[in-house]
Amino acid sequence: MRKMLDNQQGIIKKISASGQIGKRIREMGLVPETPIQIRGRAPLKDPVAVKVRDFVLTLRNDEASHITVEVDAAEGDQE
Amino acid sequence: MDKGITIALAGNPNSGKTTVFNAMTGARQHIANYPGVTVEKKTGKIEHKGRIINVVDLPGTYSLTAYSIEEIVARDFLINERPDVVINIVDGSNLDRNLYLTAQIRELGVPVVVALNMMDVAESRGMAVAWEDLSELLEAPVVPIVARSKTGIQDLLDKAVEVAEGARLWRPAVISYGSDIDRSLDEIEALIDGSAVYDRKYPSRWRALKCIEGDKQMLSLLKRDPVADARIEEIRNTTTKHIMDTLGEEPEAIITDHRYGYVAAITRKTLKHRIESRLDLSDKIDKVLTDRFFGPIIMMGIFYAIYAFTFWASEEPTGWFDAFFGYAKELVRASMPPGVLQSLIVSGIIDGVGGVLGFVPLIMCMFFSIAILEDSGYMARMAYMLDRVMRWFGLHGNSVMALIVSGGISGGCAVPGVLSTRTLMDPKERIATLLVVPFMNCGAKMPVFAMLTAAFFSMSRTRIMFLLTLLAWGFALLSAKLLRSTILRGPKTPFVMELPPYRLPTFQGLLIHTWERTSQYVKKAGTVILGFSIVLWAAMTFPGLPQQKQTEFEILRAEKMAHFFENPAVGQLLTDEKSFLRLGEIVEALRRASANPERSLDKTIKEDRLFALGAEADGMIRGKAQSGYVRQDLAEAASKYVALLQDLRTIDNDWRHAALSNTVAGRLGRTLEYLTAPLGFDYRVNIALIGGFAAKEVILSTLGTAYSLSESQQELEGSLQERLGKDRLWNPLKAFTLIVFIMLYVPCMATVISIRKETSWAWAGFSLAFNLTAAYLVALLVSLIGNVIGIGT
Repeated sequence: MRKMLDNQQGIIKKISASGQIGKRIREMGLVPETPIQIRGRAPLKDPVAVKVRDFVLTLRNDEASHITVEVDAAEGDQE
Repeated sequence: MDKGITIALAGNPNSGKTTVFNAMTGARQHIANYPGVTVEKKTGKIEHKGRIINVVDLPGTYSLTAYSIEEIVARDFLINERPDVVINIVDGSNLDRNLYLTAQIRELGVPVVVALNMMDVAESRGMAVAWEDLSELLEAPVVPIVARSKTGIQDLLDKAVEVAEGARLWRPAVISYGSDIDRSLDEIEALIDGSAVYDRKYPSRWRALKCIEGDKQMLSLLKRDPVADARIEEIRNTTTKHIMDTLGEEPEAIITDHRYGYVAAITRKTLKHRIESRLDLSDKIDKVLTDRFFGPIIMMGIFYAIYAFTFWASEEPTGWFDAFFGYAKELVRASMPPGVLQSLIVSGIIDGVGGVLGFVPLIMCMFFSIAILEDSGYMARMAYMLDRVMRWFGLHGNSVMALIVSGGISGGCAVPGVLSTRTLMDPKERIATLLVVPFMNCGAKMPVFAMLTAAFFSMSRTRIMFLLTLLAWGFALLSAKLLRSTILRGPKTPFVMELPPYRLPTFQGLLIHTWERTSQYVKKAGTVILGFSIVLWAAMTFPGLPQQKQTEFEILRAEKMAHFFENPAVGQLLTDEKSFLRLGEIVEALRRASANPERSLDKTIKEDRLFALGAEADGMIRGKAQSGYVRQDLAEAASKYVALLQDLRTIDNDWRHAALSNTVAGRLGRTLEYLTAPLGFDYRVNIALIGGFAAKEVILSTLGTAYSLSESQQELEGSLQERLGKDRLWNPLKAFTLIVFIMLYVPCMATVISIRKETSWAWAGFSLAFNLTAAYLVALLVSLIGNVIGIGT
């Protein structure tokens, strides 16, 4: 997820974090097979804001790198 | 006796839980802490259709695992207190994530009513929720509501009462976690059921589930039955190993995934998206407000706007408060004979408490602005935008909130600031935030800064205050960095946070939020500060001068008086003490009349036989040109009179000076001069700084007292600001050193007590020592550099 561009969409495939961080990420609804869309990044390019289910979540790039996403073929740039 | 029904409100943060609570209870709220932890417990007692209902607002959580203190508190309350019914508030526009908690509540089995909130928002986003179907699938009643407009709250209460009075059976839902985990769950459940040792507080399957999840709290409870525990441990290990081997994940992860699967199955059947997801208003606002370029600029603009609003809106009411306390003092002075008791009431009580309450309007406007930021959802964006910066200094995005409440925009209070560090989950990040929070420019420091800057700097008030605010942030962040890389070294905690949709805050919610924080501030005035200002007053009054010294001054005074009356020109006009006092009255009346031309002189004054003499003396005092027609002896008497006044003033000045130096505070202040001399602070400043430990508000009034107590009555008329501005011993460098010192030195008593409550005495003590050292070193540096580059002369 860390490498994704703004407005890109994709589907979560794997969450490699365990322990507290992994649990927190999952409980906020980032579980495999969930579609997500990158909504933007903070002014200093970190954290990242992600639209997941019906809300917006932010997480740091370090945390985002635990999440593997299969990016949609159509470079989703729908405004 | 009917002890009423207990309803617990559970729900995600931002689900509108607080709005529901406010809508139900209105102003009848009671805030306390859950026993042993620093999580707020809000309760309210209401009457609904003749029934007494106790409403308990559980902390907002996303889950019921033991991830955070809030979750543990919410869970323990449900299990140990066994509320008659739980109302689970669910954000209807964000069903998936909200139902995740609902699923866990259902698994626990406690009787629940689901309040489907924000149905209006859901509708406007093109979502339709089939709530009857939802009710059937969840096996729990569902009531659609719109908490903001209080729609459906009565229906919700009706339903809750109905459930509470019904069977009250705990009927846990059973969710499948895949055959492997399910099998282990069955086995553990049977073991728990079979054991005679375990209590029956928890449903066995839920307990089994927690075992597989590796919940430490639950596992430790199982130790009570060593036989079953050993067996359970074995099952746990084999299950974990098996799951890891086959699925490559921890059982905990699988359980979460399955639970979300269960939720998704429910929402698939009940939620219809009429319009495919598009950018809603909230997203559009975010495009601008969190923009890489405009975001920070707008944020600064908002800070500045709040700052301007706070001072603008609070100016008028602050004046009322000041006028009120001024009037109260006049009243006491007029109705009581001068003496120790009058002094206690005026200088001790009214000045002390009035000083604190005088800031209530300012603090209230500040907290009102902060409540808008919080309730609208902008505060979360600030945390989002500043997290990267905060992290560099070893803090967390959520630290921003505590720093702002404490005075980050200038004019907050560190007491609620310390309390708002509760949102930080990592103890080290939390303590680091706690320790630097007192560096911010709280509302109590502002008046001292305002006075000093007005006296010594020509820059506009707004601009210099803005600079001082930036300075405070700089100090706070750098010392956080220092703490986090030394004694509070530790890993960063995750920043996985919801950015709630922007919402227009409700007026009721804003008022309640403002009031909560303001009352924390007012309470401190009522208790800690009242006590301390009395102690302080006593320290500045006792012990009085020894009798011998006292007599010396009296004799000196009497000699001057006698000498005055011996003058033949005076002897002609003034015969006794009484006429001398009368002359004083006339001169005073003339002075007032000249200060306020609209006031005409009293007839009795004008017709007094001493009027001519008084007018002459008044003219001399104010240095007006003498009229050439005055009789020679009159002019001489007047000049003798003015000279006498000056002599007496010098004597009184020395007298008060001697008296203040002799008091406890004076002696302490003098002793401290050894330390503070390099900074340029004399004993009077030291006394004020000692007073500031009670509360920073006291610094200004103590400085005022220290100066007015040691200077004559005449000069007291000029404000402290003018007096310091004229004082030879003061200069801009000294003023700036003092500002820096006040900004950094000890947190006030109330803050220290709050820090202790949130952590321990050790940390509270550390906080004192740390701040004092930092303040001393930085102020010393400022003073040295200033002297080297030569501003101080």
